[in-house]
Amino acid sequence: MANASCNAKPSLDSVPGVTPSHGQPLWLLAELTYKCPLQCPYCSNPLDFAAHSNELTTDEWIEVFRQGRELGAVQLGFSGGEPLVRQDLVELIGAARELGYYTNLITSGVGLNERKVAEFRQAGLDHIQVSFQASDEEVNNMLAGSKKAFQQKLKMAREVKAQGYPMVLNFVTHRHNIDQIDRIIELCVELEADFVELATCQYYGWGYENRDQLLPTRAQLERAERITNEYREKLAAEGNPIKLIFVTPDYYEERPKGCMNGWGQVFLTVTPDGTALPCHSARMLPVEFPNVREGSLSYIWNESFGFNKFRGYDWMKEPCRSCDEKEKDFGGCRCQAYMMTGDATNADPVCGKSPHHHKIVEARDSAETPVEGEFIYRNERNSRVFFRSE
Amino acid sequence: MITEASLNSVPGISAMYRFQWEQAQNCYVLLYPEGMIKLNGPAGEILALIDGDRSIIEIVALLKEKFDGAEGIEGDVIEFMQDAENQNWISLQA
Repeated sequence: MANASCNAKPSLDSVPGVTPSHGQPLWLLAELTYKCPLQCPYCSNPLDFAAHSNELTTDEWIEVFRQGRELGAVQLGFSGGEPLVRQDLVELIGAARELGYYTNLITSGVGLNERKVAEFRQAGLDHIQVSFQASDEEVNNMLAGSKKAFQQKLKMAREVKAQGYPMVLNFVTHRHNIDQIDRIIELCVELEADFVELATCQYYGWGYENRDQLLPTRAQLERAERITNEYREKLAAEGNPIKLIFVTPDYYEERPKGCMNGWGQVFLTVTPDGTALPCHSARMLPVEFPNVREGSLSYIWNESFGFNKFRGYDWMKEPCRSCDEKEKDFGGCRCQAYMMTGDATNADPVCGKSPHHHKIVEARDSAETPVEGEFIYRNERNSRVFFRSE
Repeated sequence: MITEASLNSVPGISAMYRFQWEQAQNCYVLLYPEGMIKLNGPAGEILALIDGDRSIIEIVALLKEKFDGAEGIEGDVIEFMQDAENQNWISLQA
């Protein structure tokens, strides 16, 4: 390789990168379908998903993958909905792997079986992430809206490992399961997960509708983080290579997250009907987003209105515009700003400097009071209510 | 399990990682679930010679063939292999 650094000492440090005006879409998330056998009340799919049922064909998806690879995409996530619903999944995996992608299947495990796990491996699938709703069968099935989900997930997690895949287990935590974090971690250790995402629920889409039922208290959160740290030390001392990733909800922060590493910088989501988004929640914004059926991915990423809308800093208002932290957090999350203030160019209300920060504080306060209520489950029937009311 | 790296050790890329040349990054990379490690030139060249069969001494010989003036690199290569094993990028057979 004609690279000046060839004479240097080999090291684990990465090569210094060049920073262009915006990055490459390294992460391509293919939401193959909005269909799903589960009904999790914190689903990140849009509330009106039932209105977008015109799915891309096999050939259209493969063309998206080809164009994404040309733009530098290297990680490809098959997601949904439940991606297993797509009958052409093996073909899509094979095409993606041939293009050189690292292929990730992000699944509930419902609809998976031993034969499919083997077929996907043969087609070149690199990794399977199985999501759980809880460590406890009853709570899991209540949240998933399915009586058989938990046993099926256990079985499939074991199968994934038996067939030699790296495995990530994902637990979305919230006020109903976060106190069982020790049980969750022990289950992951028993299932021999390589990575565990203990991801506190994010309040978008269905999660926002159900927020009062989901947001843990500060005390619950602090306890869970402490226990996770204790397990990290204990497992490391035992020589267990399992990695526990604890994702805190930004509702308990005073500064917003650098959402998606910046708008249109790393992530490119293509939804079931071909609408392309800079993040999987962005469909809720009053912004016109391009569709892969109408323009090339290169046009979409580099030139389209939607992908340039919140790039850079010119769109910002105060307090972001003059803030010395804007290059760190980009003003936070556009969806959260829009949902909670009605204007997507406002500062994310998580920020203590936002004039709307009291809305976050109020949500924290109401988390201290037990809620009597029902979840709004993510299903076709409830989704139709949302798109009719728009 | 950590093995002490020596010239006779045989390295293999861990099942957790996939190694490949990535044109868009102009470097070799290690890919893993939802992530990518970009490798500097020498690290990439070393890992590119790992096939689960060659020992470190054979890899060193190939590096010397490929790069003029790559004398006395044994120590650096062993040290790198040890670091890479500690990171769980590779495993070593004695």
